[in-house]
This record gives sequence, structure tokens and C-alpha cells, in this order.
Amino acid sequence: MATPGARSFLQVAATEEVASPLRVVQIEGLVILKIIKHCKEFSPALVTGQLLGLDVGSVLEVTNCFPFPVREEDEEIEADGANYQLEMMRCLREVNVDNNTVGWYQSTLLGSFQTVELIETFMNYQENIRRCVCIIYDPLKSNQGVLALKALKLSDSFMDLYRTNNFTGEKLREKNLSWVDIFEEIPIKVSNSALISAFMTELEADTPVVQCDYDRLQLSTSPFLERNMEFLIECMDDLSMEQQKFQYYYRNLSRQQAQQQAWIQKRRVENMARKAAGDEPLPEEDPSNPVFKPLPEPSRLDSFLITNQISNYCNQINGVTGQSFSRLYLTKALHEN
Amino acid sequence: MAAIEHTVLQLSTSPLSSLSAKVHPLVIFNICDCYVRRPDQSERVIGTLLGSVLPDGTVDIRNSYAVPHMSAEQVALDIEYHHNMLISHQKVNPKEVIVGWYSTGLGVTGGSALFHEFYSREAPNPVHLTVDTGFINGAGTIKAYVSVNLSLGDRQLAAQFQEIPLDLRMVEAERVGYDILKTPMVDKLPTDLEGMEASMERLLALIDDVYKYVDNVVEGRAEQDNTIGRFLFDTIASLPKLSPSAFDKLINDSLQDNLLLLYLSSITRTQLTLAEKLNTAAQVL
Repeated sequence: MATPGARSFLQVAATEEVASPLRVVQIEGLVILKIIKHCKEFSPALVTGQLLGLDVGSVLEVTNCFPFPVREEDEEIEADGANYQLEMMRCLREVNVDNNTVGWYQSTLLGSFQTVELIETFMNYQENIRRCVCIIYDPLKSNQGVLALKALKLSDSFMDLYRTNNFTGEKLREKNLSWVDIFEEIPIKVSNSALISAFMTELEADTPVVQCDYDRLQLSTSPFLERNMEFLIECMDDLSMEQQKFQYYYRNLSRQQAQQQAWIQKRRVENMARKAAGDEPLPEEDPSNPVFKPLPEPSRLDSFLITNQISNYCNQINGVTGQSFSRLYLTKALHEN
Repeated sequence: MAAIEHTVLQLSTSPLSSLSAKVHPLVIFNICDCYVRRPDQSERVIGTLLGSVLPDGTVDIRNSYAVPHMSAEQVALDIEYHHNMLISHQKVNPKEVIVGWYSTGLGVTGGSALFHEFYSREAPNPVHLTVDTGFINGAGTIKAYVSVNLSLGDRQLAAQFQEIPLDLRMVEAERVGYDILKTPMVDKLPTDLEGMEASMERLLALIDDVYKYVDNVVEGRAEQDNTIGRFLFDTIASLPKLSPSAFDKLINDSLQDNLLLLYLSSITRTQLTLAEKLNTAAQVL
């Protein structure tokens, strides 16, 4: 018989720690610069890298990162990639860098990052690490003078649903999950060590106007908007294809229902005739009949992702046009003077 | 020591007079981070500089990594670590090669000559960067040196570390925004509108300054400077010469285009929410 003391210890050991929800991602200035450098150098190709840091309470600190080499489509490079990662982590460990993977970063082209691969990578990472985050950086948008950095993570309800791989309408309604709930954006905080802030304060240029101002006050935004619109149109095409799939499914479903009704009617008539003749009534359902085969409902995952992308593009267009308004009014005012 | 015959101490100059170095902000960040994380026994951090040599001879220093070393009695560098990191870095970016090495602390010490010799075997004419993390002079000085051979007549005497001009303009840091990189903690990344506001304020401040200067000159309170006058003239002349109606038309057209896009994107968003509701609504059988 366990003593009350031991049992309470057992209880304590058995209860899982409730993880506090992730509220903020704290990135170091060093990581931001590294990400920017890596993504810019290889733009327009998309690149990825690994984030290292610490998981403290409700804050996820990212203190360092390293880029991944561009992966060729080759089988033996798989092992190479893993070796590279191990090598980098080992070397960084020797210089006292935090050796803990907390996620990965990737560059994107105008916000077209919501793909199934992203979700799968998330699931892969989530199996090994309790909390991981994905940082998305958009080099094209940053040319407009805005630091386009986002920290994303999959929402928990979506992850559970993904594990069961069941995206039918009823399930989603049950969980009250819509396309906005797939990804959660987490606010980013930037921290810098005191030494580096001392250096930066000193090295700051004395000019009153800085490079980012030049970027922001540029009048020509049409190439950026044009590409955004192109992507938006492509996405709408994809979305309409998905919706056609649904329409097809519903049409088939209603046709099947009609067939089922007709068959049941026939059975009923037969049964009445049999009853009149004194035979056993036949069952009303016949699972071997192809009319009763349940049709698979197409997964809504793709349409959700596409919807997410579309909303992203729309938001971006909104942002850029808003900025252009200010710029145009500024030019107008300047000219009048 | 000078010999009895009058030979001149020669410092070979010409190939190095045009040499200068340009440092990217990431390198400074890396160095400071490694310094903060150094093991307790070591006083300074040594590492390799990666980058490229531009066609005009400037050394462009783009990346760096720290190398474990020992500077106590004997001076030793972990060569294998250095090679491993180099290979790993070059997998990502094959164009970045070794261009030199760095160490923290002001000035060049005796042990540096040995490190420099090692690095000169790795790269032709390496650049030695010193970053003063101790702020000894009350300022963080960053200096770059190359090794110059001192020869007396035909004999090589020694090597001297000669300072080369260093370009510390941080264009990338400016892009990100010094506010983010300067303060120890930034609570929120600035949104587009806030950034726009900041830029416009700066522009307004500039215009105010120019206005005041011109006023002062016109009223005789300040001397006129021809070069500044010419710059102002060039700036104003760079505004395109359009008749007011053409300019208005241009601006209005752009405004209308932007409004159209805004409208389209808002409609798309509403349509998405509607479609969402319809798609997951209960099926009507």
C-alpha cells in the first residue's frame, strides 16, 4: 500500500505539465539580419533554414539560425542534408550557441506559402519538438520598405483534425473550424544584446533620411501590384476548380439519393407483392447494391489553403494601395507648392 | 636596426593603397554575439571572415563565424573546426570565400601575427579586422588591417599591420530600420502605416531645414554656399515638367487604379467569407 506521500509524488509525476500557450516569438536582431541576407541573396528562388533558440514559458526565443543548402532532387542528398544539419549544430554547440531547434524559416514569393508541404513540415517538426514556429520572410515586399516578417504556427484544433485526416463538412462544422483557423500568426518581438545596441547606436549614419525612406517613398508600385494580381487570378482559378469538384460531388450525391429512393420504392412494391403472396419480405437495404455505396466527400483542405492564400493576397493589395494613396497625395501636395 | 650603409627602409605601398574593405552589419552582429557567448576563460574571440573581392579591389566582408582558440601560453587555433565550418558555409553559398579573420579587443597584439600567418596561407592577402568590444576609448572602434612586408634592401625584416580604410555604411541595417536593431527590446514590428508616417515626418523635417536655410540666406543671416545652391536647384529641376492639368490627370488616374484594386480585393474577401459559409453549411437533401 503506497504511503500518501509516495502516491502524491506519483500523481505529480503522472500529470502532464500544462504547456502555457505560445504568445510571443522573441527574435534577435542577428537572426533577422541572417534571414534577410539569405533570402535576398537567393531571391527569387525559395530558400529555407533552421531556427535555433530556447523555449521559455510563453515566449519562444530565437537566438540563432543557419541556412540550408539548396536541395537537389537526388536521393543521396537526403543523407547529405541530415549530415550538414548535424555538422552545423555540432559546430555551433562548440561556440556556445543554443543547440535547440525551435523551428524553421522560409522565404516566400508575395505570400504564396500556404501549401500542403508547409503543413506536413509542421507536423514533422511537431512530433519531435513541443513548440515550433515557422518564420516567413518576403523579400519582394520588403523592397517596399516594410519588414515583411511573420511568425506562424498551426492551430491546435487544426493539428488534431489533420492527424485524423478527415476534412468533411460535418467534422469541420463540429469543431467550428474555418479557413482562418488553420494558421495562427504570433506577434514578434525583437531583442538585441546590450553590446550590439551600443555598436549600432554608434554606427548609425548621421543622415536624416535613411535607405528605407527611399524605398518607402518610391512612386512606382505597379510591378508589385501587377504580380499580386496575377497570383490572385491564378488562385481564383484554382478555387473555382475546387468548387466545381464540390458541385460535382453534390450532384452525384443527389443523383445517388434519387436512385436509392427509387430502389427502395421498388423494394417496397416487391415486398407488398410478396406479403400478398405470403412470402418473407425482402430487406429494405442491400449493402451489396452499388446504389448504396457511400460516395467519398472531397477533402476541403485544399480549398481552405487556397482561400487562405487569396485572403493573403487581398490583404497585401490593400496594404500597398493604402501606401500608394499617401504617396500620391504627397506628390500632389508637393507639386502644388 | 639600421645598417651602417644607408639603405632605405622600404614599405611596399602601391598595390595596397587602393585596398579598402567594406563590412556588412551581419558581421558585426555575429562578432558581438560570439563575444557575448564566449567561454569564460578566453579574453577574446577569434574567427574567420567570409566574403568576396570586388572587381575594383575592395574586399567585401559578408559573413563570419567564430573559431575556438587558445591564447594563453601557446597560441593555437582549432583548424579542423575552421575547415568544417568553411565547408558547411560553402555548401550554402559557394561564392563566399575566406577573405581574412577577426579578433575582438583594441589594437593588434603579438599573437595576432601567428594567426595572420595562418590565414595568409588560407587566402591571399587576408584582412585582419579588430572590433573593440571593450569600448576602451569610450567608443567601439572597428579597424581593418593588412599585412605589409617591411624589407630592408633585399632582406625581409618583418611584417607590419597597416590600417586600410573601412567602409561601415550599413545599407541593410538601414533597410531593416535602426530602431529595430538599436534598442534592446522592440515590442512590436512596425506596420506599413507607421513606417510610412515615420518616413513622411523625416521628409517634412528635411524640407523644413532646407526652407529655413534658404530663408536665412535670402535675408543675409547666413552665407550662401554655391554648391548647396546648385544642389537645391538640381533637386527642384528634377521634378518633371508637366502642365498642371496633365499632372492632375496622372495623379487622378493612379488614384482611380488604386481605388479599383482596393475595391476588387475587398469584394474578393467578402466573397470568400460568403463562400465559406455556404460550403460548410448543412447539406440540404
